[in-house]
Parts: sequence; C-alpha cells; structure tokens
Amino acid sequence: MIDITNIHKTYITGTNKLHVLKGIDLKVDAGEMISVMGASGSGKSTLLNILGILDNHDHGEYLLSGIKIEHLNESKAAQLRNKYLGFVFQSFNLVSFKNAMENVALPLYYQNVKRKKRNAIAMEYLDRMGLKEWSHHLPNELSGGQKQRIAIARALIAKPKVILADEPTGALDSVTSQEVMDILTDINKNENITMLIVTHELDIAKRTQKTIRITDGMITEIVKN
Amino acid sequence: MFSLDRWQEIYSTIRKNKLRTFLTGFAVAWGIFMLIILLGSGNGLENGVKEQFKGGAMNGVWISSGITSIQYKGLKTGREIKFSDQDYKLIKNSIKGYDHISARLFLGSVLVSYKNEYGSFFVSPSHPDYGYIKEIQVLQGRFLNQIDIRECRKVAAIGEKVKAQLFKGKDTVALEKYVCIRGVPFKVIGIFRDFGRDDNEQKRIYIPITTAQKVFYSTNVINQISFTTGNATPEEADAMLRKAKMTLSRSHTFSPDDPRAIDIMNKSEDVKRVNSLFAGIRMFIWIIGIGTIIAGIVGVSNIMMISVKERTKEIGIRKALGATPASIIGLIMQEAILITGFAGYVGLVLGVGLLELIARNMPPSDFFRNPEANFAIAIGATILLVIAGAFAGFFPAMKAAGIRPIEALREE
Repeated sequence: MIDITNIHKTYITGTNKLHVLKGIDLKVDAGEMISVMGASGSGKSTLLNILGILDNHDHGEYLLSGIKIEHLNESKAAQLRNKYLGFVFQSFNLVSFKNAMENVALPLYYQNVKRKKRNAIAMEYLDRMGLKEWSHHLPNELSGGQKQRIAIARALIAKPKVILADEPTGALDSVTSQEVMDILTDINKNENITMLIVTHELDIAKRTQKTIRITDGMITEIVKN
Repeated sequence: MFSLDRWQEIYSTIRKNKLRTFLTGFAVAWGIFMLIILLGSGNGLENGVKEQFKGGAMNGVWISSGITSIQYKGLKTGREIKFSDQDYKLIKNSIKGYDHISARLFLGSVLVSYKNEYGSFFVSPSHPDYGYIKEIQVLQGRFLNQIDIRECRKVAAIGEKVKAQLFKGKDTVALEKYVCIRGVPFKVIGIFRDFGRDDNEQKRIYIPITTAQKVFYSTNVINQISFTTGNATPEEADAMLRKAKMTLSRSHTFSPDDPRAIDIMNKSEDVKRVNSLFAGIRMFIWIIGIGTIIAGIVGVSNIMMISVKERTKEIGIRKALGATPASIIGLIMQEAILITGFAGYVGLVLGVGLLELIARNMPPSDFFRNPEANFAIAIGATILLVIAGAFAGFFPAMKAAGIRPIEALREE
C-alpha cells in the first residue's frame, strides 16, 4: 500500500540546512497497522507529512497504492488526499464553528456529495462512534475523547485506504487513549484500512502489529509486537 | 462555483463573525451611498441649469441688429443697422444647411383686449418657422402658416396664459374669436404652450410678420433673423454663422470684425459650454466617489486578510481533507464579493431613497431640480461593486491558497 525508497528531506531556513530524513525505506502492506516511534526532532512527523502528501520529499520514490507521488500540483495532491488518506491529529483539528456532524461530513463536501446525503452519512459514522446524540454540538462543547472520535469518523467517511494518525492519543488521558486505540484497532480489523500511527507512548505502540523506530532521520529498528 | 453548498459554507462563516462582517460592509455601503448622493446631486445641478435652456431649439441662432462700433469704409461709428425683408431673403439664400428660418419684429408689450378683458402681452410678429425654432407646442387650433404670411391675414396664435387671462367666465372658447391688438382685431387661430421659463414667453402672441409690417409699420422693417442649424456639426454651424455675418456686413457696409453692429446669440455655444462644465463636474464626482469606494474596498481586503490569518488552521484542515487551492480561492473571494455586493446594494438603495426623498420634498430652484440616480448609474455601480468585491477578495484568497497544511496544523 505504501512503498517508499530512499526518501530524503532537507529543510532550508535562511542559510541553515536541516537534513531531517536521510534515506528512509519502508513498505507497508494493505491492512497493516504500524506505529512509528522516535524522539522529538527525529523526523517522524516529517515522514508522516510526506506520506500524507502534505509536504514534498526531495529525493527518493514514494508509491501510494501504486501511484507515484512526485511533482504533484496542489489540486492533484488535494484529490489524492481526499480519496486515499484519512488524517487523525493530536489536537483533533476540528473546524470550530461547525457542529460534529458538519465536521464529519466535510471531506464529502470536497467530493461534491449533496448536503443532505453527506449529513446522513455523517450521522451513520457518528452513530458508530456512539456520538449520535452529540451530532449538533460544537467541538468546544465536547470532551477530548469525543473530539478525537469525531476526528476519526471524519477520517473514515471518505473511505480512505490509509489512515495517518499523528499522536492521536497525545492529548488524552490513559483510559480515553485506550478507548481510542480500541476504535482504531477495530477499524483496522473490520475494514482492512491500513494504519500508520505516530506516537511516543510505548503502550500505544505495543497495540500495533509492527513498531518502527526512527532516530535522527533514519529507521533504526523494526519490531514486531 | 455557485452551488448552494458553497453559499451555506460562506453563510456559516459570516454568521460566526457578525460584527466584523458588519463593519466591513458598512465601509462599502458608505462608499456607494456617497457616490450615489454625489452623482444624484450632480444630476440635480445639471437638470436645474439645463432647465434654463428650455423653450427653444438647442441649435437655434438669433441675429439682431445693433449699432456699429468700428469705422468702416469711410463711415463713422454709432450707425444704427436696420434689417429689412431684404436681409431675411439674403440670409435665406446665402446660407446652406439651416432647417427653419424666420424673421421677427419686436412690438414689445402691447395692450390686447377681448370684450371687457384687457391685458398687456408681448406681441411677436414672425414667420411660421418660428414655431419650430421656439419649439412651442400647439394645444388647440394651429400655428401661423404660409398663407397667413402671403395674404397678410389678421390672425393670432396666443399663449395659454394669454388665453387664460382674456377668456374667463362663460366665454372660455378662444378659437375663431377676435382679439384687439392695438385696436386692430385679429382672429385667434391657435393656442400654444411655450416651455420657456420666463413668464413673458408664456404670455406671448404670434402674428404674421407681413401683417404686422403692413398694419403697424407700413415698411418692411424687421428686428431679428433667427434660424436653426439643422444637423450641422459645431464647425458647420460656425461656418453658417460666419457666412451670415459676412452677408450682412456686405449689404449694410459694416466691418465684419465689428462686435456690436449685429448681435448673435448662439444657443448651441451656451449649451456646449454648460455641457463641458458638467462633464468636468461629473468626472470630479466619479473621482471622489471611486476614491471613497476604494477606501471601502481596502477595508474589506484588510479585514479579509485578517480573517484568512485567523482561519489559517481551518483552511489547513480543509486542505488536508481534500480542498483544492481553487476551492479555497473561490470560498474567500465569494465571501468578499458577497459582503461588498450586499453592503453596496444597501448603500445603493439608501442613496437612491434619499435622493427620491429630496426630489419629492424640495421645491425645484434655478440651480437644483430633480436630483436623480438613473438606471445606468445603478447598473454601473453594481458592476463596479462586483469587480470591487473580487478585487478585495483576490489578495486574501491568494494568501489563503498559499497556506501550507503542515504549517497550519502544527501544534502551537
């Protein structure tokens, strides 16, 4: 599903060059659930951004579901993100002035699905997350766990092939964290969606099939859990 | 682009930021309001002044005789030039391109009576063409005709105010009745309306010039020759006037450069001067008005810029979820166009409303009447608004499209 070879990324700020990724090779099969660990500054978020087509790599090859990701214009990148990828963030990144249902429905808006239809689909997904009664609440009226479940519903609604999660439990307490992981594991099992989770918590990483450790821009260890 | 969904997206952002949207819109509404008021007042001024030109063809020329002021061919200054039928025929034959021509006599204010009613009116002997030159409207009967001239008939076309003053009470039918002008009976053949603003123009009686020459002068004297220049361009009209002046100068032996031997009143000259004055005023108004609107637009643009900054995260989320740059640009620009368009429309309506109120409640004066913003101005302003809105939204939209999702979504 994800196949990257020799990925390099350098950030240039003024005269400073920061070589963040120094040749990453990674293969993730369809339906796999993988965690990425590493100290802050190790390059794990950069890797996730490149995988999410939110950032470009300098060298190397990236194949997403067989499609070569290279020199894409923004519109094409946006379409690929919309079609293949779902995102879950540490800080949830819900649109503050939209209620839960509208937030979940947003990816379908960019697929030109009619309002009524996409809201109905959004309600289904909210129901699966056990948040049906909260559908008309704004994000700031919800708890952290509820917000993350809405974010997961939003990531799922466009039926992506891959879900990329950046510290999905980073802002949650340990009980809620486990609940969120339960949901993600379920999705991975039942819907066969490939999952890549960036985390620095070992007990979260343990719940995935494989843990990849990144140190200083290189993959240093791959552990099967 | 114009999907209902997009509008709903915009509506929900506007609803979230009511005060900001209102303040932005206010600047634009004020700009358009001022433009409409200024343009309307300009029109009012123009209408007021142009009203004074009414009552006579815009291309009319009046040549009156005067007194020489330059010595010429051994003749001293101070000679009185006297026109006669001869001059009328000379002018008629020498100039080309006129469409109506008439000689006139000045009888001045004359006592006119009908039975026991009396009044003092301006009696104006002329040719039938003078009706066209003066652009009078015949209400009843007819104006003078060629047969009246040829047969020196004692007939009179009277102004509606003359009729009102002489034919009162039971005897209200004026046609075919005889009125006495300086004791000579004339048959009323028509009643007319003159659009001139001067009361004397309304209280006028036209009689055939040949009749007047016979009855009141016993000579073929005339005081004025008047014609309209037809479809002539201003240059051609000038040439006609020069030709007329040369002709008269030769037949009466006065210097063609003498400014006082004859007096020429050229209405198109006056109209042209006033028109160019108002063209200047109008341009001035547009400059001020557009300046005000630009201030409003810069305001909208500024606020949209801040709005984009505030919404960086939201736009980043949208992009991560699959929004293309084009859809982000569309979202921001459409919001700007909506705000400017709506606010501008409110300004337009208020401005037109105020002008209407003024037009209805203020009595027209010599220099101001009927302030109006016409349809063309409203259409122009509307187009201006949409362009302005697009312009106001463009730079913020480009900025929004340039937002990189990773930076927008980075933890703060």
